[in-house]
Amino acid sequence: MTTLIENPPRPVGRARRILGRNPLGLLFSAPYLIFVIAVFAYPLIYSIWISFHDFFFTAPGFEADRPFVGLTNYLTAFQDPAVIRSFGNVGIFLLINVPLTVVLSLLLASGLNRIVHFRTFLRVAYYVPYVTASVAVVAIWLFLFNGDGLVNTVLGPLAPDPSWLINSTWAMPTIAFFVTWKQLGFYILLYLAALQGIPKELYESASTDGAGPIRSFFSVTVPGVRPATVLVLLVSTVTGANLFTEPYLLTGGGGPDGASASPVLIMYQKGLQQGQPDVAAAIGVVLVVLVLVVALLQNRFAGGRD
Amino acid sequence: MKKRRAVAAAALIVGALALTACSRGGSGGSPDDHGPITIWYSNNEQEVAWGKQMVEAWNAEHPDEKVTGQEIPAGRSSEEVIGAAITAGNAPCLIYNTAPSAVGQFEKAGGLVDISSLPDGAEYIEDRSGELSTQYQNADGDYFQIPWKSNPVVIFYNKDIFEKAGLDPDDPQLSTYADFLAASKTVVEKGGADYAIWPAPTSEFFQMQFDFYPLYAAQTGGKLVVEDGKATFDDSAGDGVGEFWSTLYADGLAGQEKYTGDAFGDGKAAMAIVGPWAVSVYDGVNWGSVPVPTHDGIPADETYTFSDAKNIGFYTACVNQGTAWDVAKFSTSLEQDEKLLETTGQMPLRADLLDTFPDYFAANPAYAEFGDQAARTVDVPAGPNTVQMLQAFRDEWSQSVIFGGKDVTQALADAAAKIDDIAKQP
Repeated sequence: MTTLIENPPRPVGRARRILGRNPLGLLFSAPYLIFVIAVFAYPLIYSIWISFHDFFFTAPGFEADRPFVGLTNYLTAFQDPAVIRSFGNVGIFLLINVPLTVVLSLLLASGLNRIVHFRTFLRVAYYVPYVTASVAVVAIWLFLFNGDGLVNTVLGPLAPDPSWLINSTWAMPTIAFFVTWKQLGFYILLYLAALQGIPKELYESASTDGAGPIRSFFSVTVPGVRPATVLVLLVSTVTGANLFTEPYLLTGGGGPDGASASPVLIMYQKGLQQGQPDVAAAIGVVLVVLVLVVALLQNRFAGGRD
Repeated sequence: MKKRRAVAAAALIVGALALTACSRGGSGGSPDDHGPITIWYSNNEQEVAWGKQMVEAWNAEHPDEKVTGQEIPAGRSSEEVIGAAITAGNAPCLIYNTAPSAVGQFEKAGGLVDISSLPDGAEYIEDRSGELSTQYQNADGDYFQIPWKSNPVVIFYNKDIFEKAGLDPDDPQLSTYADFLAASKTVVEKGGADYAIWPAPTSEFFQMQFDFYPLYAAQTGGKLVVEDGKATFDDSAGDGVGEFWSTLYADGLAGQEKYTGDAFGDGKAAMAIVGPWAVSVYDGVNWGSVPVPTHDGIPADETYTFSDAKNIGFYTACVNQGTAWDVAKFSTSLEQDEKLLETTGQMPLRADLLDTFPDYFAANPAYAEFGDQAARTVDVPAGPNTVQMLQAFRDEWSQSVIFGGKDVTQALADAAAKIDDIAKQP
């Protein structure tokens, strides 16, 4: 008689149960995880907590009562017409900035991808505004768009009155044009990288089938860079929703009369200047939710099945 | 697998929270503690020079209580830097650049030492600053700031532009609203200036201190914009000031756009509202000065204006608070105040300034007007909601006075109603 003896299951150590089969992987990813938790997740969760409490900044060790106040901070924030208006302003900004960014950066990247001469010079030229400090670039735009600036001199009687930056109709579009121009170099680089991934054979096939340059652009280039387009849409929407420096500097704190104030500018005023971080946090939470919704919609409609 | 990931993630979160909690503790000092301290002062050239000599003078006499002085770290504004330092618990003992508009918030945050709680605190402040000191008390009559220096604002005018426009540069007739408007029209039409005056038309809360407030203080004989928790400016005096500025903007005599340089220094504006710092800054301009205008014109020695003061904050993060209080008194002594005058041209917040430093004002007549004016100044309302109030005012002012989108009287009434509500908040 023979007896079959099954190998007993190997004992699994407690440490291995927790750390998994490749603990080194956890170790390698830990720095980034800690970064994400410390710099994004923790502040986000903390700001949500702040938005539901009567909160103000205090010195360490100072006893302050911070009771739960439910939706009071949200009501305070959104009963303020300036806050509502700032969301409308940033909506106008995104409607101009995001499509303009996508179209211009794709067109310019396609052009840069084809030209032979001055390619490096032009790529650098488009990238320079992106890496230049906003403060310096804003000064140039102030000179350009002031009442007696170059733009109005060229336009002559066609110049708007009041001038661009103090015109409640034109202030926000001017900021949108400025940001589009400033950020364009970065998005052109994204598209240039994506264009390298489109097989040349596709263009040759299209040409064989009788497609001209415009038809090739819409039938080969545009579908070929779709993942990059989704990325450009998402990044430009997120950065646009965080608009702060331009209304702070270009239109003197969201002027004229709040026409270019953005939610982040209002958050800065309320949270840091006016000692209402709880109300500012409520505005921030709503902004995050709205940006997430817009990003999901963009991903749904522009991202396709990918 | 899921459980394992959850445990690992929880461990990381706990680790991250522990890391982010590693901030330095705050208060713990006592007025009896003596030893080394750190102070911050403003980063403009003159104040740095004054700060350095003051620290040197103190250290020479107190080797065991060494003071380390440094410029206030760079940030969007000093108030934000100080607010962050309070929250982080690493504020220095004294900051010689504390804006009265931020003091209420810093007090609410538990960041400031109650000077009145020191045995000789309130007495020292009131002996030095006299009646001017009372506007720096909180609602309970306590001092959470040491009144230090003011920059009373007046009107500077460019004598060359006035002369070119056919106006008498030595008697420019700017004391009443009507005279001021007439002179403004003339200097723009004939003097070659783009604008008569060009205060910043931007939306920051503090800009009202340099257009509305000086004229309102002058018109009312020194009324604060908020007194006893109620806005005061919804009256004929406030309306008058509003209409005056509204006319300047509507008639193109004041600039609605932000100027990127110095409009007065560049000759783009014929006049400016400035403090004594302007004496050295406009060395190359042939300027004259007059008090801010009122409706009917009042003598210069009765005219009030905005103080534009910066005070000394004494912060609770300070360990050696005994030394800090001694340094605060040393730096506001007669000797150091005279050095402040000589080095910066800014006015120590002292009672009887002209009589206290007669030699300085005799030798520097350009500053004498500011020295006299320093006795009649008003500052921003006290309390934790000052900035909120000033921003509410500025928003209404921008809409109505600067851009003409609302009736001025209605805008001031609306601003007053908002401020009354804000004043009720804790």
